[in-house]
Amino acid sequence: MDIRKPIPTNCGDWVTRFGETWKTQVAQLRQKFGDQIQEVRMPPEGLTDVPIIYVKKDSLVPVLAFMKSESGFEYGFLSDITATDEEIEPRFEVVYNLFSQSRHWRIRLKIRVGENEDVPTAVSVWPGANWAEREVWDMFGIKFKGHPDLRRILMDVRWQGHPLRKDYPLRGYQLFPEPEEIDTQLLE
Amino acid sequence: MAESKQNDLNYPSGITIERDPHHDPDDLWDDSRVIVNIGPTHPAMHGALRMAAKLNGETIEKSYCEFGFTHRAKEKLGENRTYHQFVVYTDRLNYCSALTNNVIYAMAVERLMGVDVPDRAIWLRMICCELSRIIDHLICVGINAVDLGAFSYFLYGFHQREEAYTLIEKLSGARLTTSYTRIGGLMYDAPEGFEKELKAWVTKTRAVIDEMDKLLTTNKIWRNRTVGVGVFNKEDCLKYSFTGPNARAAGVDIDLRRDQPMMFYKDVEFDVPVAQNGDVYDRYLVRVAEIRQSLNILAQCADKMKRGPIWSSDKRVRIPDKDVIHNTMEGMIYHFKFFMTGFDVPEGEAYTSFEATNGEMGFYIVSKGSPRAHRMRIRGPSVWHYQGLTPMVQGEKLADMVAALGSINIIAGELDR
Repeated sequence: MDIRKPIPTNCGDWVTRFGETWKTQVAQLRQKFGDQIQEVRMPPEGLTDVPIIYVKKDSLVPVLAFMKSESGFEYGFLSDITATDEEIEPRFEVVYNLFSQSRHWRIRLKIRVGENEDVPTAVSVWPGANWAEREVWDMFGIKFKGHPDLRRILMDVRWQGHPLRKDYPLRGYQLFPEPEEIDTQLLE
Repeated sequence: MAESKQNDLNYPSGITIERDPHHDPDDLWDDSRVIVNIGPTHPAMHGALRMAAKLNGETIEKSYCEFGFTHRAKEKLGENRTYHQFVVYTDRLNYCSALTNNVIYAMAVERLMGVDVPDRAIWLRMICCELSRIIDHLICVGINAVDLGAFSYFLYGFHQREEAYTLIEKLSGARLTTSYTRIGGLMYDAPEGFEKELKAWVTKTRAVIDEMDKLLTTNKIWRNRTVGVGVFNKEDCLKYSFTGPNARAAGVDIDLRRDQPMMFYKDVEFDVPVAQNGDVYDRYLVRVAEIRQSLNILAQCADKMKRGPIWSSDKRVRIPDKDVIHNTMEGMIYHFKFFMTGFDVPEGEAYTSFEATNGEMGFYIVSKGSPRAHRMRIRGPSVWHYQGLTPMVQGEKLADMVAALGSINIIAGELDR
């Protein structure tokens, strides 16, 4: 028994409620974007709770903007941007969790990124993606092309390394006796 | 900027000053901008938050916010602890409403495993969520009032919070860091007579909220300090992914309890308060209205809860009872393996989100079939709300920044993780 078993009190009715909608949405995306959609994992047999759409990173912003504005998709709310370290080639997967506030359905978009590659920024679609992408940079070292202000957010500015990578140790302490100064450049 | 007036200074007659019409008369000299560090240890900041602001007199011209002072690497720890061991870390996320985080985490792992939880456990989890919602809202509006000078409002609310802490202690043994839920059930059952005490507390709190309401809602000083301050309208809320009471105060009518119902929220009746202006006063009104609705939900849950088991019958997650552990060999071995190695969670990934007190709190767990998560991502609503503080206070006075910061309810635990 795993995620394929729907639990009624824990959003188990998503596949019955949204299954057809998700299928039409995937078909529409494939028709519009063609081979930019690399792979799709559908629930429940894809071992996931919502469809996961793997997109080529160059067409990320058009796909996000399409999903935000197109009727039938209406994914206007960005729940989360995060990343995973998969330890295979390509190394990272950047994950975008989207929610539709008008139709109440969810979906996930993923991009596969290698070690030193850049990802286009989603700030043009949602300004709120700014800090989430800074956190992905801070924790994983994935650069976002076109980001207005890419610097460390959770860690100290002087930190070396990217903590959530799998090769970073759990106890990788770094001590800084002096506090961070105010960066007056940011206040210009 | 204010227009410059012709004779606003008492210069002796005969002297004329050439005035630039775009020059603010409050400026004494051109390079009079002060850079102020509202540092991490500051009584008006909620937790360790830092804001650096460039002030022109008292108006904030530019600012930037920083956090991460209480970063405890929860996401990295999630990859190195078993799913059962991680329950303890979840209470320290939103420490003002600790039970909610436990419930959402337990639901996230149960979804990955396909574990069904019995009815009584679900009703108790709903009671936990709503109780912690009430106490968190009491803190938020109480501390907001204290920042603006209204101290006795805070004390009324906090007396009821003490009584709520006694109830939570009866349930779980601890007041703040409860670790009450387990994956597949709950730690202990509610004691005898818990429903009666809960309903008595609900009745008392309703009366206290009505009394507290009379102190501030129509108070002229409160309205002057909070109406029109820290405005964040509907479009900004959608752009910055605001959720919860902050978004509902701006007119975004989304409540995950109603729109993405989990547990038994379909079976209880409640309204979702939505305001229009998105200022500090509206956030206060929405929170007080939500406290009243949560009290209704609590009364309904206490009525509908029936006796029954609180543990799932799934053998993978069931911690055996103490008599089985001490008296049978299999029980002892299973107990040892459960706590030392952990149970395997099958492969899969899920983003489980629910309406926590501050908004949409989510756990995105990726599992590769091992007893430890491959990626444990915690979507804390405070991060997205803190990001909206900089545009919210652009051009406002410093004292208004304090009011706005108190109203968006940033909890450093879920901000920094």
